[in-house]
Amino acid sequence: MPKDLKDPSLKKVAYYPGCALEGTGHAYNKSTKAVGKELGLDLVELKNWNCCGAMEVKNIDPNIQTYLSARNLSIAEDMGFDTVMAPCNGCYHNLKKAEYDLANDEGSKEVNARLSGKAGHATYAPGKVETIHSLDWIKRAIGEEELSKRVKNSLKGLKIANYYGCMYSRPRHIFPEKDKGEGSESTSKPHFMDDLLAAAGAENVDYPLKTACCGGAHTLSDSDTSTKLVLNLLTTAEACGADVIATECPTCHTGLEMHQIRAEKVLGRKTNVKILYFTQLLGMALGLSAGKVGVNENFSDSRALLKEKGLG
Amino acid sequence: MPIHEKTLIRPENLVTHEHLEIDGVDVSGHWSTFIESRAVTDYNENLQEEISALAGGENIHRCWQCGSCTNACTVNAINPDFNPRYWIYLIRMGMEEELLRDKDIIWQCVSCNKCTYACPRDVVPEGVMKATAHWLELKGHTPESPSTIFDDGFSQQVFDTGKIEDSRVMRGFFKGTGQSLTQPWLVAMVTGLIKRFPLFYLIRMGWQTVFRPKTRGWGRASRAIHEYVEEVEAANRAALGLDAKGAK
Ligand code: SF4
Ligand code: SF4
Repeated sequence: MPKDLKDPSLKKVAYYPGCALEGTGHAYNKSTKAVGKELGLDLVELKNWNCCGAMEVKNIDPNIQTYLSARNLSIAEDMGFDTVMAPCNGCYHNLKKAEYDLANDEGSKEVNARLSGKAGHATYAPGKVETIHSLDWIKRAIGEEELSKRVKNSLKGLKIANYYGCMYSRPRHIFPEKDKGEGSESTSKPHFMDDLLAAAGAENVDYPLKTACCGGAHTLSDSDTSTKLVLNLLTTAEACGADVIATECPTCHTGLEMHQIRAEKVLGRKTNVKILYFTQLLGMALGLSAGKVGVNENFSDSRALLKEKGLG
Repeated sequence: MPIHEKTLIRPENLVTHEHLEIDGVDVSGHWSTFIESRAVTDYNENLQEEISALAGGENIHRCWQCGSCTNACTVNAINPDFNPRYWIYLIRMGMEEELLRDKDIIWQCVSCNKCTYACPRDVVPEGVMKATAHWLELKGHTPESPSTIFDDGFSQQVFDTGKIEDSRVMRGFFKGTGQSLTQPWLVAMVTGLIKRFPLFYLIRMGWQTVFRPKTRGWGRASRAIHEYVEEVEAANRAALGLDAKGAK
């Protein structure tokens, strides 16, 4: 174990990839695991996990969504973990929300107990398992100082707009650890991704739309709205001088990629900014090849840019 | 801004006179006739109660009309008619007819929770938008929106197998809404990727189509969820005074 590990308990955590990381977000899964391995961090995947309900199940009924997350948390507890890491903003958000609702809402608690009983597994009680995002994981387990020491291939010269989206910080009440001053994450101006990429040598641009919405909930059902929202994210990043938008959510990432192409084909508005997962960028900074972090799997083709910057 | 800003300046209330003089004053041009139609008599006294009976609408009574939600709203920035503060007002007043004028756009809320973040009264306007969209469909005022079709398809997969597979969700949605999978932008997206990375992509798509991802041992959870959904749907219909089938 490296000496300056900030929170040694995070060296080995339960891992909840979620459905998107087994599908369109495969490159995020691959690069997250590769970065973890490179940094000497262990991920143990939850056994028999289920979908968190994403943005959809809550519209049928929010208590079912709480149950879906509670089932995953109870699996983590069964496996002997007190921390579960979810790289997808949707999964992360839903696990956090379940944690909050089970502690504060009698209705969710009652439905969770009933469904867990009928499904034949332990009823998760709040307070047993902490949910963290992949950003928390690297930041808290490794930290910027140690990370910068491990960089083999600096991201120097790469201008990055860091994009966090909605589910990472809203609504505020489900993230009690945020907005706690020095060292904690901010819900209005998040910076964990900025911190990590800066430690890897990147030049972060001052991006005003860090927590703006990409329309991910309606990426297919109201494509015109999503395209407008994404186009605004892309053109603003370009206006800020960014070469790359770094993402930390498979839904945001795919939405940005899809609607970048759609904006060009449907609205005739072409943008050149590239879209990469922050784990892909960190992986390349740690000396991994572009292939090892799944750059080829992205719809957004960043190969020429990465070559120009001497990365991958 | 006065609460009634929208009602007063609707296009249908505008009249145009090329040459009109009243009491010696030239009033030619466009002007609003709102003063003629001010009285509202068709209140639905139960509207707030009905919306708050549906998931997400529980806190609507707390709203004090500050407008922070609309000010922060993602969709309002691209469509000024999308006005959560105003709809909450109409619901609380029971002005159903007025609300129905916007029935075709309420579902467009993207659940970004900017409103919830900004609201000083913990109304959770995002939830109110979802409850209102749900209410419109249950009452038969609107057909199922593309969003509902997507949510239903997605959720059924989760309830049945415990997991989703995105290409299946996508195909189901395009089929359910009668859209073509060969829209030029979709084709451009997929072919761009296949050109660079043919084998991986095709194998993965093929693999996931044949071997649907599933959560092992999901059967009992699936049955429990399906039972609960029926219960919730019956309770929703009862709260809205609809018969067992509801108005669809
Ligand atoms: S959640 Fe819906 S109503 Fe609220 S700000 Fe976002 S789009 Fe607007
Ligand atoms: S922000 Fe909250 S209190 Fe203010 S108008 Fe919107 S719902 Fe009402």
